[in-house]
Amino acid sequence: MIQAPELPLWAALIVGVFVLLGALITLVGTIGLIRLGSFYERVHPPTLGPTLGTLCILVASITCFSVLQSRPVVHEILIAIFVTLTTPVTLMLLARAALYRDRRAGTGEVPKD
Amino acid sequence: MSMLILALAITMAQIILGLAMGCAAFRVLRGPRAQDRVLGLDALYLAGMLLLLTYGIQTGRTLFFEAALVIALLGFAGTVALAKFLMRGEVIE
Repeated sequence: MIQAPELPLWAALIVGVFVLLGALITLVGTIGLIRLGSFYERVHPPTLGPTLGTLCILVASITCFSVLQSRPVVHEILIAIFVTLTTPVTLMLLARAALYRDRRAGTGEVPKD
Repeated sequence: MSMLILALAITMAQIILGLAMGCAAFRVLRGPRAQDRVLGLDALYLAGMLLLLTYGIQTGRTLFFEAALVIALLGFAGTVALAKFLMRGEVIE
């Protein structure tokens, strides 16, 4: 499926590099989700990887639509603000729930206070 | 020429994001405990949202942006509800 918008060369280079970079950073984050050993190590990669990957892909999207419509299009900032604010909140809630469950179950791998 | 570069970059990015969704889905299916599955679901919806954004760049339409925004909002609500459920055993007290 070879399809792409008609952009000048400099904009195409910026968009392509940022899209690829964002996808690769997201892939690194999710590979960390598979490879790391315990739950408390696995909490970290989905916060770091996909947040940075989202920022890169949103920069590419802003560049693409600003050049296409020949005016600044910045509504992608909404997703950037939302993801950056909510990802730490969700992961902190999840880690606290897991800590509570592990302490109640009395398994050995709970981190110390 | 520039269109070919852009098309190749976007297609490769979509394949990579598909692999990322596969990794997250592996953790959802395999995760030893419930919190691992919720964590995998969180990474899965973020990667799906990014895939929709790359489709938006590819077709040059802003329709996909709104779908991505809805996925981000509802995914956050879902993960918070699941974390609350794991903590308390019920969502609304």
